[in-house]
Amino acid sequence: MKPKKLAREALAAGETMAKAIPPRDIFGERRRNFFLFALLFLALTWWSSWGTEFDLWSAFASFPKALAWLGLNFIPSADSLQYLPRIGEKLLETVFVSITATTTSAVLAFALSLFSSKTTRPNAWVALVVRGLGTFLRSIPVAAWAMIFLFSFGQSPLTGFLAIFMETLGFFIRAFIETVDETSESSVEALRASGASWLHTVSQAVLPSVVPQLVSWILYMIETNIRSATLVGLLTGTGIGFVFDIYYKSMRYPPAGLVVLSIVVVVLLIEILSNRIRRSIQ
Amino acid sequence: MHQLKVVQLTKYYKQAQALAGLSFEVENGEFVAVIGRSGAGKSTLLRCINRMIEPTAGQVLFNGTDVRNLRNRDLRRLRTGIGMIFQHYNLVHRQTVLENVLHGRLGFKSDWDGIVGNYTHAEKQHALEIIAKLGLDQHTYSRCDTLSGGQKQRVGIARALVQDPQLILCDEPIASLDPSSAKVIMDHLRTICREMGITVIVNLHQVDVALKYSDRIMGVKAGTLVYDGKPDKLSKKLIHEIYGTETGDLIDE
Repeated sequence: MKPKKLAREALAAGETMAKAIPPRDIFGERRRNFFLFALLFLALTWWSSWGTEFDLWSAFASFPKALAWLGLNFIPSADSLQYLPRIGEKLLETVFVSITATTTSAVLAFALSLFSSKTTRPNAWVALVVRGLGTFLRSIPVAAWAMIFLFSFGQSPLTGFLAIFMETLGFFIRAFIETVDETSESSVEALRASGASWLHTVSQAVLPSVVPQLVSWILYMIETNIRSATLVGLLTGTGIGFVFDIYYKSMRYPPAGLVVLSIVVVVLLIEILSNRIRRSIQ
Repeated sequence: MHQLKVVQLTKYYKQAQALAGLSFEVENGEFVAVIGRSGAGKSTLLRCINRMIEPTAGQVLFNGTDVRNLRNRDLRRLRTGIGMIFQHYNLVHRQTVLENVLHGRLGFKSDWDGIVGNYTHAEKQHALEIIAKLGLDQHTYSRCDTLSGGQKQRVGIARALVQDPQLILCDEPIASLDPSSAKVIMDHLRTICREMGITVIVNLHQVDVALKYSDRIMGVKAGTLVYDGKPDKLSKKLIHEIYGTETGDLIDE
């Protein structure tokens, strides 16, 4: 089949020789492009490490030493188990802060994304404003948000909550706009054409279509935010980050190691749980 | 009074002209096929009738009222009287057949009843009857993403029928279907037209299907009407003119 077709095409090409485009070596082009890209990548790495006087090789070389130090000092001892209730309490606080920050920002972000998605926006200007808000919120890192709110709200879980809320809101606005755009355009058209109102199309066409994607994003952000909350806690003196900071600075390394270990365990548990939920709501 | 009267309908997309002053009338209960090559303006024409696309100029009179003057609630009321069927079915894939069919009733509901999906017993009964009539009763509670293309399109037809429309607009309803499913869909559309007296306007790529099923054919080329009449008066020469081909046979003649 194939050679025959090729022959026919060659014949056709021969007939229109005058207009024929010279054959392109697309495989060669792809190889050359790949090589060029790799070269550019290496050059960029070298240039930026040179620019910051950061020695890549000694960084890698010191890796084993750092690991050895961790291994010697950060092993949770039997003695450090006495700190477990305190760690557990603070860890739970951190998990709760990250969950509430994620879920509340998800609700607000979904409402906002409806004003910005191509399929549901009332007009292009509102859409632009919402998009701009999302970009603004995202461009400020969570640590900076924490510092900003620290001035107004002091050392409290509220500070951490707000910092994570802001960053998550920025991320969700963008993710949800794309999700609404991708999953519900055609059914929204059908419902509008049948005379359904805006609220009808949102609740009956958009919402059912986006649920699996939205839940997936929310679960992902809860995982991510537990890590963020640890960092924010370090900065604002709350939650598990604060506990870690105290143990670390007072050179109680085994309980500090226990803190790290318990964070890893919680993140893993949440990941397993969220994978299950994701699979069950396709 | 004509059910639908279109006068000098014009549509520009920025500078590009999609419709160049079309005029025609459609009577109650007609089966009209609109043929023409891709980009001729068929889809735009259909969507200007229910204002899914805003016309640039001209009039579209449905039962005597100019649809271009309608706002909000009145526009929604107009749309409840006009069903629409799409090439890609446009269903909510994660919901069941029954839910998708009942979406056709949303236009008659208050905001609150629509949001929570408060359908009356009579509406559900009506939906179930239509589902059975289209041979989907085995799938009433199946999710739409488990159905075949032909079945999905039948759900699309059911959703339009549950509106009790006077007119159904079909935008390439069989373009994504295999020949046997396409026949089932076209047969259903003809039955709807003949037995329920609903006007059907259908955009088609397939000339042979248009010739076989319709009472009347409209040929659209570059946004103008180049043929409007009975299928048997449509000559080969005219078909070639509509499709802008010089000689030779079109593939599905």
